[in-house]
Amino acid sequence: MNLDTNPPAQAKRHRALLATWSDAPGVWGFLTTVDHKRIAARYVLTAVALLFLAGLLAVDMRLQLSQPDMGRMGPQGYNEAFALHGSTMLFLVSVPVMEAMAMWLVPLMLGARTVAFPRLAAFSYWLYLGGVLMLWISHALDITPDLGWFEYPPLSGPAYSAGHRVDIWAQMITFSEVAALAASVNVVATILKMRPPGMTLARMPLFVWAMLVASVMTVFALPSIMLVTSMLISDRLVSTHFFAPAGGGDVLLFQHLFWFFGHPEVYIIFVPAIGFVSAIVETFSRRTLFGYVPMVLAMLGIAVLAFGLWVHHMFAVGLPRLGSAFYTAASMAIALPAGVQIFCWIATMGSGRLRFATPLLWVIGFILTFVIGGLSGVMTASAPLDLQLTDTYFIVAHLHYVLVGGAMFPLFGAFSYWYPKATGRLMSERWGKIAFLLIFLGFNLGFFPMHLLGLQGMPRRIYTYGPEMGWGTLNLVATIGTFVSAAGGLVFIANAFLSLKRGAPAGNDPWGGPTLEWATSSPPPAHNFDEVVVVDGVAPLWAGDGRLPVMTGLAADRREVLITSVIDALPQYRHRSPTPSIWPLIAAVATSILFIGSIFTPWALVWGAVPVGVALAAWFWPKRPRAGAGGQE
Amino acid sequence: MRRSLALLPLLCLAACAGAQSSLDPAAEQAQSLAGLLTLATWVCGIFYLLVLFFLALSLWRARDRIAKSAMPAIEPSEPATRRALFLWSVLIVGALCVLVTASFLVDRSLAEARARDALQVRVTGHQWWWRLEYRDPASGAWIETANELHLPAGRTARIELGSADVIHSFWVPNVAGKMDVIPGRINSIDVTPHREGWHRGQCAEFCGLQHAHMAFDVKVESGPAFDAWLAAQARVASVPIDAGAARGAQVFASSCAACHAVRGSAAAGRVGPDLTHIATRRSIAAGTLPFSRGALQGWIAQPQALKPGTMMPAVPLEPADADAVGRYLESLR
Repeated sequence: MNLDTNPPAQAKRHRALLATWSDAPGVWGFLTTVDHKRIAARYVLTAVALLFLAGLLAVDMRLQLSQPDMGRMGPQGYNEAFALHGSTMLFLVSVPVMEAMAMWLVPLMLGARTVAFPRLAAFSYWLYLGGVLMLWISHALDITPDLGWFEYPPLSGPAYSAGHRVDIWAQMITFSEVAALAASVNVVATILKMRPPGMTLARMPLFVWAMLVASVMTVFALPSIMLVTSMLISDRLVSTHFFAPAGGGDVLLFQHLFWFFGHPEVYIIFVPAIGFVSAIVETFSRRTLFGYVPMVLAMLGIAVLAFGLWVHHMFAVGLPRLGSAFYTAASMAIALPAGVQIFCWIATMGSGRLRFATPLLWVIGFILTFVIGGLSGVMTASAPLDLQLTDTYFIVAHLHYVLVGGAMFPLFGAFSYWYPKATGRLMSERWGKIAFLLIFLGFNLGFFPMHLLGLQGMPRRIYTYGPEMGWGTLNLVATIGTFVSAAGGLVFIANAFLSLKRGAPAGNDPWGGPTLEWATSSPPPAHNFDEVVVVDGVAPLWAGDGRLPVMTGLAADRREVLITSVIDALPQYRHRSPTPSIWPLIAAVATSILFIGSIFTPWALVWGAVPVGVALAAWFWPKRPRAGAGGQE
Repeated sequence: MRRSLALLPLLCLAACAGAQSSLDPAAEQAQSLAGLLTLATWVCGIFYLLVLFFLALSLWRARDRIAKSAMPAIEPSEPATRRALFLWSVLIVGALCVLVTASFLVDRSLAEARARDALQVRVTGHQWWWRLEYRDPASGAWIETANELHLPAGRTARIELGSADVIHSFWVPNVAGKMDVIPGRINSIDVTPHREGWHRGQCAEFCGLQHAHMAFDVKVESGPAFDAWLAAQARVASVPIDAGAARGAQVFASSCAACHAVRGSAAAGRVGPDLTHIATRRSIAAGTLPFSRGALQGWIAQPQALKPGTMMPAVPLEPADADAVGRYLESLR
C-alpha cells in the first residue's frame, strides 16, 4: 500500500485497523471468528482431508478390481465404497472447495476488507462441517450410504432400502447444499457490491468473473437437488408416493430433478477452474490474457447452456427421440465456448514470456487432460452413441478426466499459486514438480484404459467380474496408475506441510501477479488492506509506476466496508460489517439437530425449529447505533 | 477399402474384444453405432491432435522470449490472433454440425419401424435375474424362460422391457445400445442380428447388491435353429425316467416349487426363474456359474456364498436328496 505521505500516521492506522478486525485470542476467537480467510482456510483444509479419505476409498476399489474375482471386498463393501467416494467427492469436496477458494480470494482480489455477510460465511462452514461429520460418523457406525452418488428410486425408496443409509445420504445433501447456497449468495453479493472504486464489471479479473458465474449457477441449480432429496425423504418418512409407481408416482421425476441440478453442478465445479487457469496463465505468461471478452462470453454461454442439457444423462430411459436430438445438439454446443477458452489460454502462452513454475505445469497438464475429457464428452453427448457408452467405464473415464483433469489439476495449480499468499512461504518447486509428474502420469495411466474397458462392455458399479470377460489386464494397468497418482498426492501434501516451516519467505508478490491480492502482505492482515484501492484497469499491479491510488475515509476503530454500485463500482456508502459472534455456530448446531432429527421423525421439523428460531433471533438482534457512528443503515 | 482403413484403430481393439463388446457388432443396430463411434473417434482425435500441436507450438515460441524481458505487459488482442480464434470457432462449429447430423441419422435408423412382423419378446428385470417370454407363433401363448436370450439371425425382434422391482438396464453391446428397464413403464427396442454366435448381456443400471451378477447369455442362430429351439421351449418338461431323477422331482416339489416353476409338474412358483428347460441353458444364477450338475448342487447348498445377497435362500438338503435334485434338474432338457 502506498500512503507514505506520513509513515508514522500510517503505521498507527494499521495498528488500529488490526485491533478492530482481529479475532479474540484462543478458543473463543476460533469459535466466533467471522474472518473470511480463516473460515475459507477451514473449508479448504476440511475438503482436502476428505479428498484424502475419498482417495483412499478409490485405491481400495482399484485393488478390488485389479484382477477378476478378487475377494478383497464383498458387494456390500464395494457398494458402500463407491457411494461414499462419489458422494464425498461431489458434494463435500469439489463444490465446497471451489466456494472456499472464492471466499478466501474474492475479497482480496477486490481489495475489500471482508465478504458481504461474514457471519453467514461462518454459518456456512459450520453447517458444512455438520454434513461432513454426519456422513463420516455414520460410516464409522456402519450406516454408510450404499447406492451411489445418485440414489435412484425405487431402489432408494422405502420398499428396497430399509434402515437409514439412504436418509443419511439425502440429509447430507441438505446440509451441504444449504451451506453451499449460503456461501454462493455471499460470493455474489461481495462481487456485485464490494468492488473497489473503478473496478467496473468490464475490469474484473477473470477469476472474479468465474466465481460470480459459478455462484449464480449454484443459486439456480441447488434448489432442485434439495427439493428432490426432500421428496425422497418424505417418501421414506411419511409415505408420500412421489417416486412410487404403484401409488401414482414416477421414478423418472427423480432423475429429471436430480440431473437438472447434476449437470450444472459439473460446471459449478469447472467454471471456478477456468478462473484459476486464467489467473495462472496470465501471471506466468507475464502478459494480460488474450480475449478477455470472449472468455467472459464463453463462461456466460456455458452457464446458460448448462441448464439445458440435463437429459443427456437420461438418453437410455426411453424418452422421445426428437427430444433426444435437441439435447444432443445442446450438449455438443458446449464444445464451442470450451474450445474458445482453450484457444485463448494457448494464444496467451504463445505470445507471452513464459515462466515454467509449478502452477503453470498444472495448467499445461490441465489442457492435455481436460481436452480428452471434453472430447469424450462430445461423444457421449450423441444420443444414440451414448446408448453404448452410458453406465460403462467409458463414462467413469470421461467424468474423471473432466473433474480431475478439468477441476482438480487447476485447483492444485491454484493451491501452489496462492499458497505463498496464504502462508507467507513458497512451496518447494522441486517437490512440486515431482508431485505434478506423478499425479499427471499416474492419472492418465489409471484412467485412459477405462475408455477401452467401457467399449469392451464393462459396466459401472460392478464389484467384480469373471476372468472370461478379458478385462483383467487393462484393470491392472488402471490400478497401477492409481497407485502412482496416489504417491504423487502424498508428495503434494507432504510438500504443503513441510513448506509451512521450511519454505522460502515469499514476500508480498513472489510471482509478479497482476491482481490486487498481491498488493497486501503475505499472509494478509485481518483487515486485508489499510485503505481502499482505486482501480483503472484489469491488471492494476502491472499498470503505472507500481503505486496504487487509494481512497481514504473508512473508519479504523470500527468494522467499516465500502459499498459500491453493481455495474460501475461507484462508491455508495460505508457499511458496518458485523463483529465476531458465537451465534452462527449455535444456529448451525441447532439446524444440524433439526436435520438429523428429521431422519427419524417428521416432528423434528416442528420442535427442531424452536432452537433454530432462537439462535437466529439472537444472531440478528439489533444493536443500538452509537451516537455519531456513520454507516449504520 | 477406405472404410476398412477408417475402422483400423477400432479393429485393433476389437481383436481383443470379448463376447460383451460394442466393438464387435453382430447386429444392424450395433453396427451403425460402431460406425458412429468410428466417426466420432476420428473427429475428436483430429481435434485433440490440433490442440496438442498448437500447445506445443506456443510453448516452443514462448521459450525464445523467456530471457528477453521479465516485465509484464498489458497487451491488446492482436488482430491476427483474433482472426485465428474466429477460424477455430468456425472449425469447431463445422465439426459439431457433422457429428450432430450423423448422430441424428443414426438415431432415426434405430427408431425405424421395421418391426411389423417382428418376433415379440418380453423381458422383465428382477433383482438379480432376467425373465424372458416369447410369443408362440402357433398358439399365441407366452413361452417363459430365463437368463438366456435366443434371437434368429436376419429377423427383427421387438424386445419389450419391464421391471418387477427397481430400475435395471438391458444391454447386449454386440447387438444394440442399452435401454433402461423401469418399473411402471414399458420400454422397447428393436434388434436385427445378422451374425450367428454367442454373446453376453449384462444389467447396466445399478440395481442393488448383486448388480454385478445380473448377466444373461445371448445366442444368435439361424431361423430354423431358432424355431426348433422355441418349439422345444414351448413343450412341458419331460417326466423323469430314472429313479434318482424321480426322487429329485419329489424333493423339488416340496423344497423348491414355492418359488420355481417346472411346466408339466406341480411346481408353479413365480418368484424365481422358470426351470422347465434349465438343462438347455449355458449358465445358472444369471451368468454367475456355468451350467453343470456340480454347479447346481453348489448353488442350491450355498447360494449366499456364491452370490451374496441373492434372493435364493440356502436349501438345506440331505446329501442324497441334493444329488437327486441335481439329477432331476440335469434331466430338464
